[in-house]
Order: sequence, then structure tokens, then C-alpha cells
Amino acid sequence: MSFWRDPIIFIIEWAKGLLAGIGWGPGWATIVGFVIGAFVLATGAMFFVVFLIWYERKLIGRLQDRFGPNRLGPWGLFQPIADMLKIFTKELITPSGVDWIAYNLAPILSVAAVLMMWAVTPFSKTFFGVNISVGILFLIAVGGLGEVGIILAGWGSNNKYALVGALRAVAQLCSYEVPFVISALVPVMLTGSMSLVDIVEAQNPWYILVAPAAALVFFIASVAETGRAPFDLAEAESEIVAGYNVEYSGLKFGMFFVGEFLHAFTASFIFVTVFLGGWRGPGADQIPVLGLVYFMIKTFIVYFALILFRGTNPRFRIDQMMDLNWKVLTPLSLVVIMVIALVDRLFASSADWLRTVILLAANLVILVVAERLIRRGVKTTRPEVGSRERPVASPDNLFIQPGSGAKG
Amino acid sequence: MLNDWLYVGVFALVSMFLPAAAISIAALLSPKKPNSIKNATYECGMEPVGPAWAQMKVQYYVFTLIFLVFDVEAVLLFPWAVAYKQLPLYAVVEAILFILILLGGLLYAWRKGALEWL
Repeated sequence: MSFWRDPIIFIIEWAKGLLAGIGWGPGWATIVGFVIGAFVLATGAMFFVVFLIWYERKLIGRLQDRFGPNRLGPWGLFQPIADMLKIFTKELITPSGVDWIAYNLAPILSVAAVLMMWAVTPFSKTFFGVNISVGILFLIAVGGLGEVGIILAGWGSNNKYALVGALRAVAQLCSYEVPFVISALVPVMLTGSMSLVDIVEAQNPWYILVAPAAALVFFIASVAETGRAPFDLAEAESEIVAGYNVEYSGLKFGMFFVGEFLHAFTASFIFVTVFLGGWRGPGADQIPVLGLVYFMIKTFIVYFALILFRGTNPRFRIDQMMDLNWKVLTPLSLVVIMVIALVDRLFASSADWLRTVILLAANLVILVVAERLIRRGVKTTRPEVGSRERPVASPDNLFIQPGSGAKG
Repeated sequence: MLNDWLYVGVFALVSMFLPAAAISIAALLSPKKPNSIKNATYECGMEPVGPAWAQMKVQYYVFTLIFLVFDVEAVLLFPWAVAYKQLPLYAVVEAILFILILLGGLLYAWRKGALEWL
């Protein structure tokens, strides 16, 4: 294996050789290798956040017609590093009356839950932490662990706003778990395995082309799981101050921040893994490092879509959000899974391309019907507000300057 | 197989350790000047009124029950989905009937008004 075809595996093999050369038994060498590998991957993820913060702030700035960070370094690239250095030296205020264990465990857990998702994701053909046979269930379970962090933060802070925020977060995350899990069944069904490595290998047309309706539900539900705008009711500044993290300061607050950004990025690469073919692309089978490049490109495209989603939508009201979940996404995902199961079984003996086309058509029909039904259910006529004629500054003759003496 | 889960366990420990270590470093670097006003519970600048652990409405209870039903359903469906490629048409139709019954339950809850957030 040459270095340029797969540098990461080359380095890993070299490190394994080095560990074996020390003269430990194979068991100890494996464990030490695991610890080092986990450290490198998790630390890499933590430092990657610094770049993500810059990327997101820059994009949000552009979306809001601002420049975004542009002072420190080229294009403001060093701004988040400066922020990070600053936040390390901020005082960690612990309010009186907090539940000490819950209060301090919450920021750790909310980052750890997201980091653990990196352990099972295949970044390229050869580069992944581990290939467990229940990968997608593991992702869902670990995602649920993040909610525990939020509940601990809300409960442990001894603050009313924090408690309200935490309970909102629980309601939201519990609800959106349902369409998330059910639409995640579709790739499992089409692959016949829950392992993420197998799911990526099996995507010969990407699953977004086979099941776009399931992909749409999965995307919306995973945005809601990350708890950012337009689903950021748990930390609505204008209603409940800052939600579950009111009482946090310094790096403990920073950890919630890191957890949120990392979760957004992680959600986008899970979407890429499950529906957009992961590392698949021309030439990625022969040269694994190309797979990593494709994976990153796709992930950043999805992440860009996620930021666009965040930057252009106003925050939902809580009843609207629950309605969207229980009255639209959940029935839709149930219908999608039934239709896909039936259609795929009925056309199992026909050619692959024909089955793909039929599944795509069935999905599009579901989407169109769902759109019609939603339009019927939603009140589109709105009471007219401010219908009275208002004075508008519109000059009759644009060429006459005010105060030039001529009559308009 | 066991090795894989060992890696997951190691990764879980490391991912708990990293933020904990960062917070400990920050605790060493940061100034510590607590006083009673700074440490008071935040409530828009006023003295906190009453206990913080307020009661929430019962609506959550209904939503959580529905959530529980669908989560258990998903747990039942995952093995079915893994075995889907080998299943006969009969087993697929049976699973669809199962989902239809649950969908009926969702519609019933909807008509009963359990899905209205008040």
C-alpha cells in the first residue's frame, strides 16, 4: 500500500508496527492502539469545531447582509481561536443552590454524546473508527444521550427558565425521534443491514434517489434533533432568556456551544452517510483518500443547506412545531415505509434500474399527495392587516432635485 | 466482535474525558471571585420568587405515551427491516398491517385531540 493512495491507513499501520516493536503482547497493543486512535479522532473533532464556528459565522453574516468575522487573520479565520483562548480565562460562576453533579455533568455529556457518533461513521472505504453491526441504532441511542445532558442542565441549574427550556427540549426531541427512527428504517430495509459501512457500500444509486420522501423526513427530523433554528425553542432568547444554559458561564457554556456546532456537522454527515452515498464517488474504491474528499465535499454541501435553513427561517411556535411532527412527518414516514416495503417486494424480480425508477416515482407521488393534503389542512387566507392607503415617499418627477427652485 | 465494542467503550470514555479535561483546565486558568449577588439564581435581575422546580402541565404525559408506542414499534421493526430482503410477501404484508394498526392509533389520538398543544 503506497502512502499517497491512503495516507491515513498508512500512518495507522506504521503506528501499529511501532507499537508492536515495543514488545507488548498483542492484547495490550490493541488496547493502547484503541486509546490513541480514539484520542486522535475525538481531539480532531474538537479542534474541527473551531473551523466550523468560523464557517457558520461567516455564512450567517453573509445571509444577514453583514461581513461576519473579518478582522483577525485572513478572512477572519483566527477569530474563533481568539474567542476560544478568551473563554478559557473566563470565570466559572456556580450559582448557589445548584445540584452539583447534574450541573457539572451536563456540559460534558452534551459534547460526549455528539463525539461518540464519530466512532462508528465511515469517513472513507478504509478509514472508520469501528464497524459495529448495529451502527444506525447506536447513532440513535447516542443521540438520545444528548437529551439527557439537556435535562440535567435544566434540572440542575435551579432556575425556572432553565427548567422550562429543558422540558421544551425534551418534548421536541422525544417527538422528532419518531419520524427520525422510522425514516432511518428505509435505508436499513434497502440494505439488509444496520451497519453504516454496509449501508454506504450498498448505495449504488444513492438512497436519496431511491427514497427522496424518506430523505426529506430524515433531514428535517435531524435538524430538529440538533435543536437549532428554526427548531431552537429550547433556547429561545426572546421568550425564556437562554433556555437550559442560562446559569452556565465560561467554558461550561462554551461546551454547550461546541456540542451544538458539532451536532449540526455530525447530523449533516450522518445524512450524507445514510442517504447521499457516504464516501462513494468516481475512483473512491481504488483510491480511498479520494473517498474522504468526496465525503467532506458532500458533508459541507449538506451543512451549507442546514445553515441556509437556519438563516432563512423564523423560529417555530411550539404548537406549530408539534403539529409539524405529529400531523405531518410521522404519518408521512409511516406511509413511506409501507409503500416502499410493498413496492420493493412486488418488483423484487425486475431489473435494478426499473425498481429504482418505480421506487422514485412512488416516493414522488407520496410527496405530491402529502403536499396537497397539507395545503388543504392549512388555513391559507389570512386576515388583512394594514389595508389602509399609506403615504409613501414617491416623487412625481425624479429629475427635479428638492430645493432647485423648479416646480414638480 | 467484542473488540469492536471495546473500541466503542474506549471512545465513550475518551469523549467524556476530553470536555472534562478542558473544563478542568479552564477552572485552573480562570479567576475565582464569588460573591453572594453574583451567585444568585438569575431571574431577570430580581430576587428569585418561589421554588425553581415549578410544575409543568400534564400535556407532556400524553405526548410521551404516544412517543413510547412509536419507539417500541421502531424497535420491533428494525429486525424486520434487517431481514426484509429474505422475507416472503406474506411477512411484508403482515408488517404493513402492523404499521396500519399503529397509524389507526395515531389517527384516533388525533381525533381525540391528544395531539393539540394547548
